[in-house]
Amino acid sequence: MAERVTPVMERALSRRRLLKSAGALVISFSLAACSRGEKQTAPPAGSPAAKAPASPTPASAVVATPTPWIPTNAVRSAIDDKSLDGWLAIAPDGTVTVYCGKVELGTGVRTALAQIVAEELSVPFERVEMVMGDTAATPDQGYTAGSKTLQVAGPVLQRAAAQAYALLLDLAAERLGAPKDQLVAEDGVIRVAGNDAAKVSYGELIGGKQFQQALREDVTVKPADQHRVVGQSIPRVDLPGKITGKPSYVQDLRLPGMLHGRVIRPAAIGARLLEVDESSVKDIPTLVKVVRNGNFLGVVAEREEDAIKAAKQLKATWEQVENLPAMEALRDFILSQPIAQDKEVARQGDVEAALAGAAVRLEATYQVPYQMHGSIGPSCAVADVRDGEATVYSSTQGVYPLRGALAQLLGLPEEKVRVIHVEGAGCYGHNGFDDVAADAALLSQAVGKPVRVQWMRHDEHGWEPKGPAMVIQVSGGLDGQGNVVAWDYAVWTPTHSTRPGKQAGNLLAGQLVDPPAPPAKNSNTGGDRNANHNYAFPNNRIIAHWLASSPLRQSALRSLGAFANVNAVEGFMDELAAAAKIDPVAFRLKYLTDPRAIDVLKAAAEKAGWESRPSPNPANGSGDVVRGRGVAYAQYEGEYAYVAAVAEVEVNRQSGEIRVPRVVVAHDCGIIVNPDGLKNQIEGNVIQGVSRMLKERVTFDRARVTSLDWSSYPILTFPEVPEVEIVLIDRPDQSPLGAGEPAISPVGASIANAFFDATGVRLREIPFTPDRVKAALA
Amino acid sequence: MQIRVNGRQHAVQAAPDTPLLYVLRNELQLNGPKFGCGLSQCGACTVHLNGKPIRSCVTPVSQAAGGEITTLEGLGGDGKLHPLQQAFLDEQAGQCGYCLSGMIMTAAALLTENPRPSDDEIRQALAGNLCRCGSHLRILRAVKRAAEAMA
Ligand code: FES
Ligand code: FES
Repeated sequence: MAERVTPVMERALSRRRLLKSAGALVISFSLAACSRGEKQTAPPAGSPAAKAPASPTPASAVVATPTPWIPTNAVRSAIDDKSLDGWLAIAPDGTVTVYCGKVELGTGVRTALAQIVAEELSVPFERVEMVMGDTAATPDQGYTAGSKTLQVAGPVLQRAAAQAYALLLDLAAERLGAPKDQLVAEDGVIRVAGNDAAKVSYGELIGGKQFQQALREDVTVKPADQHRVVGQSIPRVDLPGKITGKPSYVQDLRLPGMLHGRVIRPAAIGARLLEVDESSVKDIPTLVKVVRNGNFLGVVAEREEDAIKAAKQLKATWEQVENLPAMEALRDFILSQPIAQDKEVARQGDVEAALAGAAVRLEATYQVPYQMHGSIGPSCAVADVRDGEATVYSSTQGVYPLRGALAQLLGLPEEKVRVIHVEGAGCYGHNGFDDVAADAALLSQAVGKPVRVQWMRHDEHGWEPKGPAMVIQVSGGLDGQGNVVAWDYAVWTPTHSTRPGKQAGNLLAGQLVDPPAPPAKNSNTGGDRNANHNYAFPNNRIIAHWLASSPLRQSALRSLGAFANVNAVEGFMDELAAAAKIDPVAFRLKYLTDPRAIDVLKAAAEKAGWESRPSPNPANGSGDVVRGRGVAYAQYEGEYAYVAAVAEVEVNRQSGEIRVPRVVVAHDCGIIVNPDGLKNQIEGNVIQGVSRMLKERVTFDRARVTSLDWSSYPILTFPEVPEVEIVLIDRPDQSPLGAGEPAISPVGASIANAFFDATGVRLREIPFTPDRVKAALA
Repeated sequence: MQIRVNGRQHAVQAAPDTPLLYVLRNELQLNGPKFGCGLSQCGACTVHLNGKPIRSCVTPVSQAAGGEITTLEGLGGDGKLHPLQQAFLDEQAGQCGYCLSGMIMTAAALLTENPRPSDDEIRQALAGNLCRCGSHLRILRAVKRAAEAMA
């Protein structure tokens, strides 16, 4: 095993520590076979990589991250997003290493981004290796969020690869003494057309060396009709490891001498820690330390089960406080809260006058509860904080913003902190992964050894930042012919982002330590997402009332405010359509002008076999079970992917249970990079959307969250999962748009509309649980 | 204490009441079984004890001693893929993949007992296994595909 301890590993850890560990394999994680197959992960002896110096970021430095799928023989220049070498490097063996600041969150972007690079460079897909999210290796591309990865990183990597390709052609023309227009590149080899002997590989041209060129914007990329890799359903590169038990997650990371930590959270939100009785855990055999700092409390033990036992057994006395509002009165609470900012999101015409003159006026209030990300794997991180340096392995969505926050929390300069992304369980937004990194860092700092912390289920459910509750009030007016003459919309929401943003005050631990980190400043964002629509109404007003605070700590949950807003916009469109006695699809088409919007709506209706008629359903069935169908449409954020959904529901009037047997989605997110990967994302959106619509609500009493496990926060299970049919609309002439979240909101709204179609009753408060359904139908 | 995992005998240090999951993950460095809830609610930790699926997060290691424990790593035997693993690849069944070990182990036990399950029977068998990414439909297709391959 010793031969695997390469200079790479020395840089991945600190040189001194490595020597201390006597050449043993330092990170057992790296042992795993690369998920692409049996690729050798150590550089061949004598290769430039193996000889690379270990000084800080020299030219051609060797950098590796201890993830099983990342090769260790990459050649890289300094982190520099302005230079081509900052984005990709070609090794002597032709391996292309891409340095990407975005990370894999389980959605398949590692595969899709590699496809884009392989395409532009004309190399086999297998030869592209992605290094993603490491403050010692990759450019700062902010957060991996908002379905923006393919959308943002895709074009950058595409341009970098295209630029490299053009430079390789120049080099080959010189080397082969042939004009460029006679050269053909295939599989990483450039040949002279018609002369099989005249050829040179990329590795021979540039392997191990740098391009030394500034990154250019004005490059020519391959025309879509020549694509061979982009547009293919290339299998996910991470899946083989995951289905055979290879280490694949931060949860699987083991450092030598690593201890296990657990945290003990306040007994009530905002409670102070009054007393800790350490003697209550003195019988626990491998306990190393009880760590207390203000209201931050944790335990560290050699064995994981001992850390768990100690956290459970430790006697801590917390102040008794009741800082939360009454859950059942959440709507009134939200509507009466101080407003930090009123923002006019859109205004056309004169809404008041139009409403006053309308033949029919409608008004409605919609509401969503706090909902959680609910990762199946509780948040986990491993931190090694010693001798004024920190290395933190985290499934964070942003290694740089987290690094800044951790540096502040630990009292270290930023450059002494390295954050390395290692994949975690799916997160669906900002869940507990940043917080647990802070927990692990504080505990490691306290014991001077590497510490792994995985939250318990009750930590995750209780303390992950929640998708916030929101209230929406909307009024609309129709003229005598059933045309919409006015639309007046207001949403009450806190900001949907409290991501680290280099502020320790955004980390749970930062709020608990003494003295607490300075209160974080977060801009108002996310809650107005999709508050506006793209229906052409003559009089339209959209207001966002940004709440100054949120009783439960909140942050980004898949699609942020769009889930609530699309539910309200599309629900109210349906209300207006029903009042006008017009078919819901036809009603929407009257106000859509964008051809791509019209196409997705028509495609979904056609695939669903939509029968044109107004809602509610005159033939909804007899007996206890009634049936209906509903439609919804949205363009994500008003500028990205177009999605239309049709849901069919069955409502049991006696039990109050809603079943969703079938959902149809039509989806246009520009050029499709990987059709199967895209379908996978859409299916996930559908299932999570059904779950959030029908089942999910975070419960709390006056002191704390009471949804602490899967029985108090149930999610959709196998017997309840609908059949999903998908129509993909490919636009090879358009840029790729993210697909991680656009579909969830229209899917949710289509279920609400289908419920109305089935029952003639409108539900406006999510989730549609059996008790609510029974009450509404009574 | 001695436990037998994937056909091999191991001496372990853990106290007898330690949940099997931590012994497998930490002492044996196996990665298949995952910690999901520790409450027997999600199925991420599922392994086989004498061919039957158990939740290793709530099974004391002492209870498993003397039995034959199988984890995802040992399912195929001899480093080969079990037909279920192959089917999960063929169907690209998974997103984050964290739930998959539990899904595959639960499905493997189902197929031993009921080699030709109906769609409904597969859904029922997996009803106690949670997936938050929404990979359910692919998982169902994978189990069906494996059943056909094994028939
Ligand atoms: S971890 Fe064992 S059932 Fe969830
Ligand atoms: S694939 Fe992520 S939890 Fe199932």
